[in-house]
Amino acid sequence: MLKGKNVIVTGAAKGIGKAIALAFAKEGCNIVLNYHSHLDEETVKEIEACGVVCKPVQGDVSDFAFAADMIKEVKKELGSIDVLVNNAGITKDMLLMRMTEEQFDDVINTNLKGTFNMIRHVSNVMLKQRSGAIINMASVVGINGNIGQANYAASKAGIIGLTKSTAKELASRGITCNAIAPGFVETDMTAVLKEDVQNAILSAIPLKRAGKVEDIARSAVFLAENDYITGQVLNVDGGMVM
Amino acid sequence: MVFEKIREIIASQLGKDEDEITLETNVKDDLDADSLDVFQIINDIEDEFEVSIEDPESIVTVKDIVDFVENNK
Repeated sequence: MLKGKNVIVTGAAKGIGKAIALAFAKEGCNIVLNYHSHLDEETVKEIEACGVVCKPVQGDVSDFAFAADMIKEVKKELGSIDVLVNNAGITKDMLLMRMTEEQFDDVINTNLKGTFNMIRHVSNVMLKQRSGAIINMASVVGINGNIGQANYAASKAGIIGLTKSTAKELASRGITCNAIAPGFVETDMTAVLKEDVQNAILSAIPLKRAGKVEDIARSAVFLAENDYITGQVLNVDGGMVM
Repeated sequence: MVFEKIREIIASQLGKDEDEITLETNVKDDLDADSLDVFQIINDIEDEFEVSIEDPESIVTVKDIVDFVENNK
């Protein structure tokens, strides 16, 4: 069902984004792999080994003009854009009383505005096609909040509102928009947490294990396949938030 | 020329017959276009004629679009 579709994944050089790109490649989708600073050549080879096209595009999704150019170029080169996965995200953790304006702005710009920028430009293409699936990466932190992550939580909660508005606006043209809210997933982003913090988080997960990037990737494929789900936030968190 | 191209864009977006569209046609009321349709038509016209329609609310009839394009291209 997804075979031959064109999928854009932002922030796809590593972690969850890379796993999502690989999962769609395994379904036979062509992958546009957006990354910001560094891309391992091996990742491209791994995707191409699935017998699909892999097009790496370097750039910052928080830049409105870059997002416009990337969408335009992909549309021109591949003909259609069937799935957009807004995964690019950063953290700059700090307790609220010490958080700088820059730490707040940077996280909002990449996570929330970057997601908006991509949706804003892809919607023109998907409206014309009268089909498409948009999947945004939220977080359990956007639902529950978290100490030291006011900026990140605000950006992820913002993504949930953006997801629901997009779902409503584009539904009449057969376009779906959903969010995935991962819990504690083993990535570079969470590896920096201290061991006692990691243990505390693990003890709060009913399924008693950290999530794997593949758990998130499978959920993204599921949401892209099912065209009768829209405006939802799918928690993939081992039961952390119920 | 401008009218013919605009008529083609509108007909293609709304899945209508070009014969149905005249200068006097009201895009929303006569052609059942919703807001998304109108924005898509505006986008296509902006791309085609390299103009920028700042006030989509001012567009009611096909003639409004033709006049705008002729005055601004």
